[in-house]
Amino acid sequence: MSTESLDDIKLSNAQIAWRAAQDIEDGAYVNLGIGFPEMVARYQPPGRRAIFHTENGILDFGEPPPPGQEDWDLINAGKRAVTLNPGAAFFHHADSFAMVRGGHLDVAILGAYQVAQTGDLANWRVGSKGVPAVGGAMDLVHGAKQVFVITEHVTKDGKPKLVEACSFPLTGVACITRVYTSHAVIDIADGRFLVREKLAALSMDDLQAMTGAPLHVAAPVVDLVVPEL
Amino acid sequence: MDKTVKNTADAVKDIGDGATIMIGGFGGSGAPIELIHALIDRRPTGLTVINNNAGNGRIGIAAMIDAGMVRKMICSFPRSSDPRAFTDRYLAGEIELELVPQGTLAERIRAGGAGIPAFYTPTAYGTELAEGKPIAEFDGRHYVQERWLKADFAIVKAYLGDRHGNLTYNKAGRNFNPLMCMAATTTIAQVSRIVAPGEIDPEHVVTPGLFVNRIAEVEHPQQEEDLIRAGVSYA
Repeated sequence: MSTESLDDIKLSNAQIAWRAAQDIEDGAYVNLGIGFPEMVARYQPPGRRAIFHTENGILDFGEPPPPGQEDWDLINAGKRAVTLNPGAAFFHHADSFAMVRGGHLDVAILGAYQVAQTGDLANWRVGSKGVPAVGGAMDLVHGAKQVFVITEHVTKDGKPKLVEACSFPLTGVACITRVYTSHAVIDIADGRFLVREKLAALSMDDLQAMTGAPLHVAAPVVDLVVPEL
Repeated sequence: MDKTVKNTADAVKDIGDGATIMIGGFGGSGAPIELIHALIDRRPTGLTVINNNAGNGRIGIAAMIDAGMVRKMICSFPRSSDPRAFTDRYLAGEIELELVPQGTLAERIRAGGAGIPAFYTPTAYGTELAEGKPIAEFDGRHYVQERWLKADFAIVKAYLGDRHGNLTYNKAGRNFNPLMCMAATTTIAQVSRIVAPGEIDPEHVVTPGLFVNRIAEVEHPQQEEDLIRAGVSYA
């Protein structure tokens, strides 16, 4: 398949977020990274309600308030004003990261520059220029029972983001368990990428050609089916 | 016992050149803007500042940096909606940065307050932020040794404070504030209202007064977000 048609069939960010949301159980404690991963909250299946954690010290925060009604002491890790759901809780930063590092969260979902077949993640800086800023990314990758990445399958100029070894500075080693991309759902186990789902229009050869490390199959590959959003 | 001081200027009057200062808040949430501005009025220099961020706009910590007061920032995320103050000085080589993962920053401060000189964390293992630090294996996993952080002063924002220094906070404005209260030689809190001992239910005290040395009342504290949207510059 040509590069143009690979781009034509790819899932939108909203669709990638939707697919990841389907794997979050009712009542799960979940941390969503700032930016793209925050979209996952919009696509929880009916009847399920996850409880969202934000590093700065809230469990069970909700939607942004209407403009003009912000309380700037009530923000999320992206520094956006939020509201509280009934049953919310506040806590200080050491408790917040005890929830993270202590493995008390069920799921963390992060963005990525690169993910390696070993589960290594690079998502905090791309080189040595500019001002480095890490925030909670290095804590979060060790923070949950399952650590998912959502990402485009390739960069804007077509380079693989799923690779043998990350060339960008690492966020964490052997920490990612599953990757939801614009073209596939891929698990990471025993130092290998295992394809679980792929877009039906894509052959395994097509998928391999856009991936920077060998793809493996452990069980029949299911079609990746996502609604129009 | 009465830990109240008459105003924010009095509260910070002995913070001198070269001091290490923990400043509470996460972005503008829980940030003690009035105490920071009182400190800017005195202009001590050569300061080491510990905060999650490195200032925003032209107020608060950014204004301290603009005023040339800060020698070094210890923080996790020196970016914001308007990070010019830190970015310009950093790229010019005029300010030092110790970048610390956010949870490690919190735990280092907690450890400083709790008398724990070092601890091991999985965070940053195998990354450039662990370079040069001792590594140990526990139960088959690798961990990085991190050291405590302590400071000469902590300046924090709380909501209610009684004369003994017991504090409550406003919503997510709690963040680093209770940890910093524990980890400084002298802890200074601005509170929206000072109340008599007994008026805060002991069940609701978040920071026990033992960790607090001075409290100053700032009835209607300014919020960083509002000041930035209004284009305020504190200089």
